Amino acid sequence: MIWNIIGTWIAAGLTLAIFSFLYKDNPFYKFAEHLYVGVSAGFGVIYVWAFDLKPMLIDRFLSETGVERWILIVPAILGILMLTRWFGKIGYLSRLPIAFTVGIGAGLGITASVQGFLLPQIQATLLPLTTINNIILVVGVITTILYFYFSREFKGKSQLILKLGIIFIMISFGASFGYTVMARISLLIGRIFFLLSDWLHII
Amino acid sequence: MNFWKKLGELDRRVIYAIIGLAIVIPLVLKLIMPIRVSDTVHNAFMSIENLPAGSIVMISIDYDASSEPELQPMLIAILRHCFRKNIKVILTGQWALGLPLGEIALSRTATEYNKKYGVDYVNLGYRPGYTALMVGIGREIRDFFSTDYKNIPIDSFEFMRKVHNYNQIDLLVGLEAGATGDAWVQFAGGRFGQKMFFGATGVVAPDLYPYLQAKQITGLIAGLQGAAEYETLIKHAGTGTLGMPTQSVVHGLIILFIILGNLSYFILRKRRQ
Amino acid sequence: MRTQLPLIIVFITGILIIVTFFIPHEPFGSLEQRFLIWYSIVAGFTMLLGLDSLVRYHLLKIRDKVSGWGFSIVLLFGLFLTLGLGFYTWAKYKSPFALGSPFMFLYTYIIIPLQATMFALLAFFIASAAYRAFRARTTEATLLLIAAALVMLGRVPLGGWLWKQIVSLIDLIPGVHLASLKNLEIFARISDWIMDIPQTAAKRGIYIGIVLGGIAMSIRIILGIERSYTSGS
Repeated sequence: MIWNIIGTWIAAGLTLAIFSFLYKDNPFYKFAEHLYVGVSAGFGVIYVWAFDLKPMLIDRFLSETGVERWILIVPAILGILMLTRWFGKIGYLSRLPIAFTVGIGAGLGITASVQGFLLPQIQATLLPLTTINNIILVVGVITTILYFYFSREFKGKSQLILKLGIIFIMISFGASFGYTVMARISLLIGRIFFLLSDWLHII
Repeated sequence: MNFWKKLGELDRRVIYAIIGLAIVIPLVLKLIMPIRVSDTVHNAFMSIENLPAGSIVMISIDYDASSEPELQPMLIAILRHCFRKNIKVILTGQWALGLPLGEIALSRTATEYNKKYGVDYVNLGYRPGYTALMVGIGREIRDFFSTDYKNIPIDSFEFMRKVHNYNQIDLLVGLEAGATGDAWVQFAGGRFGQKMFFGATGVVAPDLYPYLQAKQITGLIAGLQGAAEYETLIKHAGTGTLGMPTQSVVHGLIILFIILGNLSYFILRKRRQ
Repeated sequence: MRTQLPLIIVFITGILIIVTFFIPHEPFGSLEQRFLIWYSIVAGFTMLLGLDSLVRYHLLKIRDKVSGWGFSIVLLFGLFLTLGLGFYTWAKYKSPFALGSPFMFLYTYIIIPLQATMFALLAFFIASAAYRAFRARTTEATLLLIAAALVMLGRVPLGGWLWKQIVSLIDLIPGVHLASLKNLEIFARISDWIMDIPQTAAKRGIYIGIVLGGIAMSIRIILGIERSYTSGS
């Protein structure tokens, strides 16, 4: 219980230290900022150990037998080679594990993009133009693509396509902006709620 | 005459102070406003509501503390909904720094509904490289999660023994603060046909609408308002519902800011001409 | 060899993953699964990559007493405190993530407030920007502003409240009876429509382009045309 109270005061102090940046940059903010970077980096190390090295490599090495056990040396070596970037001279060795992850990433990306995005998204745009909403959707998708991906200059009547494209893009950016405002305000509400409720017990 | 000029040059700190007060006052006054439930949230709710007892829902914590005020109320509301319907929950997470938020929400809601770890829910934890994991789970979940986040073998939990891949997971719920949702749709949805819906921050939600229209996801809970809507549907108010009156006041204020800023700009421009 | 071997690895892994997609049978299936597990293991190591430069940079700052070196001590203190408490909690609670443990204390009372407040600051900046920078100078900017305002109104209870006030006001005009329209939630409907139709259309258009570009880039990488990932050590 006492630790909860101490913790809440620490959290409130750090929250106010970050908020103090609104007035101007100051040592309290800098303190909190550096603490954040340090603690987060520490968390990263514990995560690699707890959720990667221990369960995926060490525990498996101990529980598996035969080929399944010894083949784990391959990803272990690849992982260690990744860390050669720490040492300038042999840093080029890190290209091997990077190539391995890039190759898998590219392979997975191609098939997933086609099967999981392009085909279903295009199919969902192939709509009967029987309602106003369907017409707007189809026209919006086509003009946006044309606006972004055709570098040819539009002249005369074809400029209409460009104008239509811009209209859709602006509405979409406006909607995203509205949603972003909403999100940021929610975060602030969350922090002020913490200060008023957990720390000051006003609400 | 100088009014518009002064208004146009208002110090940013004055604006900050107004915003701060616009949040503190409604919170202290504990204002309440009715919540309208949108179709996208209703559809998400129905995806769980239609599941029979004993079904398995996998929830992925794809956010961290930077979006906690928006997504944590969603997680709590969804967990309450699942536990109330005796649905089993598998928790995992693709954002390393967010995973403890899942554990905090689980322990709180499980106590409320008297649910037991390993019987009604498990927390698998995190593995790096989520694209590989999403495809790999399609074959065998044990290849990535042979143990839970406390390093206990998942086969020691009875309901997990029958879970091998997406075929045994009735619904996936992704709580998204970045691009991980796209990966779930494209890998788990596209390749393995996994049914899913998302809860997302306001920043990410607009990007997920194309999936909604293409029926690649069954519903979408967007931002704190979405959380409030879900809380309304399960009839258990939380911080989402509590925050919406404040959110309303600040939205009104920002719209007012935009109008005043533009008025000042146009009046001054006309004067210069 | 320094450049050839990475290109060969990328080609083999990339092609294997694509082939397995079409032929998920043995031996491809289990080979792909094995590669995916390895990918996960190797990806974990990348989380450690920045650590070395972070520690080295701040140690040098402390050694040379560069201005603000005191904050570097704070950073390193935070790092080693977290590591210490992490492994201590592991030894004592069998997992670093046990609720109520010292490691989770760090998470709950240091990580959450710091990270959440950093992002909460943006609310102030975005409000200030809305006031100072969002000007309806052109038709496009006006469209953006109107869409933003309608969405912001429609997505919160304020929209419903405002609509009711408008209907009540119009209702005051003799001979006009609009009371039945009070629950129409017009702002929410407009907001939903913007999100469902024009917004979705534009986002789809933009993402189709991005995804096509991504596919082209992936093919170039697998075929060894795009090699930027091999640059730098």
